[in-house]
Amino acid sequence: MTAATVLDVGSPSSKQKQSLWRYWRGNLKGSEFTWALAFSVPYIAVFVAFVAYPVFYGLWMGSDPALYSDVFSDVIYQDTVVNTLVFVVLGVNLKLFLALLLSGVFMRPGWVTKVMLMLFVLPWAVPQLPAFISLHWMLNGEWGLLNNALWILGGIEGPSWLNERWTALGAAIASHIWKWTPFWTVILLAGRMSIPQDIYDAAKVDGATGLNRFLFVTFPLLANLYLVLTLLATIFLLGDFNTVFFVTGGGPNNETHLLATLGVRNAFDLARPDLGVAVVMTALPVLIPLVIILMRKLRTAEVQL
Amino acid sequence: MSTQSFTAPQAVAIGPRSGAAGRRGRIARRWRYATSAGLAVLYAVLLVWTFMPIYNIVMIALEHEGDVYGNNILPVQPSLDSFWVVFTQGYWYLENFWHQFGNTVFIAGMVTFLVLLIASMTSFTVGRMRLRNGWLITNAALLTYVIPASFLAIPFYLIMNHYGLANNPWSVIAALVTFATPYAIFIFQEYGRSIPIELDESARIDGASPLVIYLRIYLPLMAPALVAVGTYALLLAWNEYLYQFLLLSDKRNMTVPVALAQFLNSDQAPWNYMMATAIIYALPPLATYYAFRNRMSSGLTMGGVKG
Repeated sequence: MTAATVLDVGSPSSKQKQSLWRYWRGNLKGSEFTWALAFSVPYIAVFVAFVAYPVFYGLWMGSDPALYSDVFSDVIYQDTVVNTLVFVVLGVNLKLFLALLLSGVFMRPGWVTKVMLMLFVLPWAVPQLPAFISLHWMLNGEWGLLNNALWILGGIEGPSWLNERWTALGAAIASHIWKWTPFWTVILLAGRMSIPQDIYDAAKVDGATGLNRFLFVTFPLLANLYLVLTLLATIFLLGDFNTVFFVTGGGPNNETHLLATLGVRNAFDLARPDLGVAVVMTALPVLIPLVIILMRKLRTAEVQL
Repeated sequence: MSTQSFTAPQAVAIGPRSGAAGRRGRIARRWRYATSAGLAVLYAVLLVWTFMPIYNIVMIALEHEGDVYGNNILPVQPSLDSFWVVFTQGYWYLENFWHQFGNTVFIAGMVTFLVLLIASMTSFTVGRMRLRNGWLITNAALLTYVIPASFLAIPFYLIMNHYGLANNPWSVIAALVTFATPYAIFIFQEYGRSIPIELDESARIDGASPLVIYLRIYLPLMAPALVAVGTYALLLAWNEYLYQFLLLSDKRNMTVPVALAQFLNSDQAPWNYMMATAIIYALPPLATYYAFRNRMSSGLTMGGVKG
């Protein structure tokens, strides 16, 4: 080893270049290395042209500090931050907790469960746009199906869901939960199915049944998966555009925007792209730590058993 | 002998239901009834919750325009007129419907093809050829996967103008390929681990070039993953809205979701035509989804969870 180092130190620069070349090539022989490069060029090109460049362009656009005083003094932006927090906290947790419980229900044997699962995943299978447009009309205070049903079946006069800030935000959260719970349920169902039956058998011998079985066997085994899903769901939800854009349209009076919809509104409706980018950029202090934690978790953690 | 002593108490429990054992049996039975009753209620609630918005689309699509503005919960005089209007492009908002449908098919098809091609080539070099520092590529992909696409929309839109791709379907294809490829790379990496590397090595010793290994060994063995990812990319491209809305503004190169949303913004939206359009637009992805459901969800769990 030491001999090699001494030799390396003494070698001329051309040899150093060669060893660097060899380092990059790894164990690939001449033509194979060319193939490997040729095969990886398309993705590298896509990444540079359509991810790296937009990211740096966006950072450059949002680099003017004066923009941020404009953003922070905007009342709509202040509402948006509150909305985003409420949306994330309620949306992510309700959705995942429901998914966790329902995945347990769908573990039951029998054809009824199978059919139910097939029907239950329908909201996930329907494209977002028709689903959210339908929800928008369904929640209409005057002519919507929900209030008609409430009136005809229960004699209750429902509120104009989309005309008041908190009911509108609630409607958007409920729509989001309606659309995405099936997706997370299917993932958690797969997680539960990967728990070997003998662990349950052993737990049964030790007297763990019902709730105890869930608390002391299932949940600890799913905890890591559940955490990763929470992080992933948070990031996906932070970037959610379609739900609010179609269900509430950001209204009434721009009171139910999320960061993504407000960014697009500023950039295109107000023709202030820099202001739109700045709005989105204010999510970075939250987004970057989440991304770092998630990237570590995704790389190292499998469903831990 | 020992088996006998184990079975004996059970036989007693099954027999005459009296005393402690009988009571336990009754409690167990009652508990079972309660569970199945609770389950029935839960399923009923779930069905109402799941189907209400879907029923709403179908009901409005079956109604006449005037009846949409009513307080009924069942369609008045149901008819398929709205579907006919959409099929024959018989309303001025729908005059380019089939052309726009074709645009959607073209974009979804190209995205699926390019995602499969680029992602399989990348994961072949990183996972099979073991390109040194291939982890850089995988991490770049992972990073793209966790950045919300909507956050990049504004700079992406401006950059497409720099590239001269404004109002061009290829800008949408580029965007969707960018955001679908990372996930495809994970799935391929994950699935590729189950294929023994010795296959590649023996082919290599026999003098096969990487291209031959890729085409003759890698791709055929990856077929299940290709199907899963292909379905994913197809649905993603078909269902995506934001980028299509920002990048396509011309009536002739617009896609169905963009046209549908334009409908929503017009003053007098004919809701029955809109819902009929929505149903026709939603049917192909629904059919694809249910056809490939099992493969898709196993793929999703692989990538969405393990990474």
